[in-house]
Amino acid sequence: MIDLHDITKVYQIGDEKVYALDHVSMHIYPREFVSVIGPSGSGKSTLMNIIGCLDLADAGVYRLDGIPIEDYSEKQLARIRNEKIGFIFQNFNLIPKLSAEENVELPLIYRGVKASERAERVREALDKVGLTHRAKHLPTELSGGQQQRVAIARALVTRPSLILADEPTGNLDSRTSREILDILMELHEQGNTVVLITHDNDIARQAKRSVHILDGRLTEVAL
Amino acid sequence: MSFKMALRSIGSNKLRAVLTMLGIIIGVMALVVLVSIVNGATRSVTDQMSALGSNYVEAYVWSYGRKALTMEDLNEWVESEPLIEAVAPDSQDSSMVKYGSKSQRMTIRGTTPAYYEINGLQLETGRFLKNADILNGSRVCILGPSAVDALVGYADCVGDEISLDGLRYTIVGVLGKSDSLMYSGYGDNVIYIPYTAMVRQFPNVAEGINNFYATAPEGTSMKEAEAAVRAFLSEKVGTDEWGNENYYVYSMDVMENAMGSVTNVLSILLGGIASISLIVGGIGIMNIMLVTVTERTREIGIRKAIGANRGTILRQFLLEAVVLCMMGCAIGIFLSWCILRLANVVVADMSMRFALSGNVVVLSVIFCFVIGVIFGLYPANKAAKMKPIDALHYGG
Repeated sequence: MIDLHDITKVYQIGDEKVYALDHVSMHIYPREFVSVIGPSGSGKSTLMNIIGCLDLADAGVYRLDGIPIEDYSEKQLARIRNEKIGFIFQNFNLIPKLSAEENVELPLIYRGVKASERAERVREALDKVGLTHRAKHLPTELSGGQQQRVAIARALVTRPSLILADEPTGNLDSRTSREILDILMELHEQGNTVVLITHDNDIARQAKRSVHILDGRLTEVAL
Repeated sequence: MSFKMALRSIGSNKLRAVLTMLGIIIGVMALVVLVSIVNGATRSVTDQMSALGSNYVEAYVWSYGRKALTMEDLNEWVESEPLIEAVAPDSQDSSMVKYGSKSQRMTIRGTTPAYYEINGLQLETGRFLKNADILNGSRVCILGPSAVDALVGYADCVGDEISLDGLRYTIVGVLGKSDSLMYSGYGDNVIYIPYTAMVRQFPNVAEGINNFYATAPEGTSMKEAEAAVRAFLSEKVGTDEWGNENYYVYSMDVMENAMGSVTNVLSILLGGIASISLIVGGIGIMNIMLVTVTERTREIGIRKAIGANRGTILRQFLLEAVVLCMMGCAIGIFLSWCILRLANVVVADMSMRFALSGNVVVLSVIFCFVIGVIFGLYPANKAAKMKPIDALHYGG
C-alpha cells in the first residue's frame, strides 16, 4: 500500500548538506500497525511528511496505492491528503476558532460532502473517541487529551486508508497517553492502517512492527 | 458556509475589523455625500432657472407660406394644444422716442400680457400690459430699466407721457432689473407696447408675427413643447421652395443641457477625488489581510494538511477581504444617508434638498466590491501559495 523506494531528502544548512532521509526504502501493508522510532533529528518527521504527502522527496519513488506521488498536481495531492490520509499531530493542530465539532467537520467540507451526511459522520467520529458531550466546545476549553481525541476524530471522519500519527502522545501525561494509544490500537483492530511515529520505545512496542530510524537510515526492529 | 467562516474570522477581532473598514467607510461617505450634494445643488439651480421663466420655447419665422401668422392663429392654437400653456408674440421695431426734451432711438416690442410670465419679468412700479390694452389697441407702454435710466432718469414716471415717432403713449409701468438669465442680457433698453397698437403704428410689423414665445404647462417636458411648436409652424408656414424650413425653434433645453454637462464634470471630479480615498481604504484592507495571513499561517497549514487546496484557501481569504469591504461599504452608505438627512435640516430654508442618489450607491457598491477583490487577491494568493509543510511548522 505504501511503497517507499530509495527516498532521499536533503536539507541545505549553510554550506553543509544534511541527509534527513538517506536512500530509504520501506513497505507498509494494508491493515498494518507500524511504529517508527528514532530520536529527534533522526529524520522521522521528514519521513512522516513525505508519507503524508505534505512534502516531496528529492529523489526516489513513493507509491501510494500503487501510484507514484510525483505524478500528482498540487490539487490532486490536496485531495489525497483529504481522502487517503488522516493526520494526528503532536500539538493536536486544531483550529482554535472552531468548535470540536466544526474541526472534525472541516475535512468533509473540503471533500464536498453534503451537510446532512456531514453531521451524521461527525457524530459518528466523535462518538468513537468518546467526546460527543464536548462537541460544541472550543479547543481551548478542552484538556490536552480531549484535544487529541478531537484530532483523532478529525483524522477518522474521512475514513482514510492510512492514519499517520506523529508523536501523538508527546504533549500528554502517561495516563492520557495510554488512552490515546488504546484508541489507536482499537482503530487498528477495526482494520485501519496506522503509522505511529515516536521517540519512545515503550510506545513503539505497542505496534506489531517497528522500524528504527537514525540519521536518515531505516532498520527493521524485530519485536 | 465559507461566508459564515469569513464573518466569523472578521468578528473574532472586532476592533481591528472596524479600524480596517474605516478607510472604506470614509471613502464611501466622501463619494456618496459629495455626489449627492452636487446633484441636490444642481437640481435646485435648475429649479430656480425654470422659476425665472427660462422654460420657454422661442420661435422665429422669417418667411410665411401662403398666409401670414396672426395673433388669431396663435390664440386658436394655444386653446387647442394641450402641450402649450401660453404664447406671446414679440414684434420688434425701432422708433424715435421722446420724453420731455430728451429724444433717443430705441427698440419697441409689441406683445401681449402673457409675455410677462413667460420671460419672468419683474415690475418695479405700475403694471404690465392687460387684455383690455390688447383689445383696444391702447397707447400705453412699459419701460425697461435701462430705457428709464436713459430717458427719464428716475423710476417714478408712471402716468407720464412719451411719444413714439410722434404718437403719444402713457407710461403705465416700469420694469425692475431682472434676475432672469436669458433676459438680462439684451432686454433692458426697451419699450413694451400692446401688440395691437404696434401693428397699427408700425407697417413692417403689420404683415404678421415673426417671433413668439411659448411655454409648456407644469409637468410637460420642454422637448414635447418644442415638438408641438414645430408641428404648428410646419403646418402654418411650412418650407420654402427648396425644402428649407421657414422657421427656427429654440428651447431652453439647450441651456439645461449645458448646465447638466457642467454638473457632470463636477460630479466626476468630486467622485474621482473620493475614489482616491476608497483606494487608500483598499490598501488598508490589503495591509491587514497580509497581517492576518501571517498570523494564521499555521491555520493555513492545518487546513492544507486535511485537504484544502490552493483554490479553497484563496477563496477563503479573498471572501474575507470582500466581506470586509462590503461591510464598510454598507456602513458608509448608511452614514451618508444620515449626513444627507442632517444636511437637509441645516439647509431647510435654502430650497435645497439632498437625497441619496441611487446611481452613486450602486456605483460605490460595485467599486467596493472591485477594491475588495483587487486588494484581497494578493494576500489571499500569498496564503494559497504556502507550502503545507512550512505553514504547519510556522512559529512552532
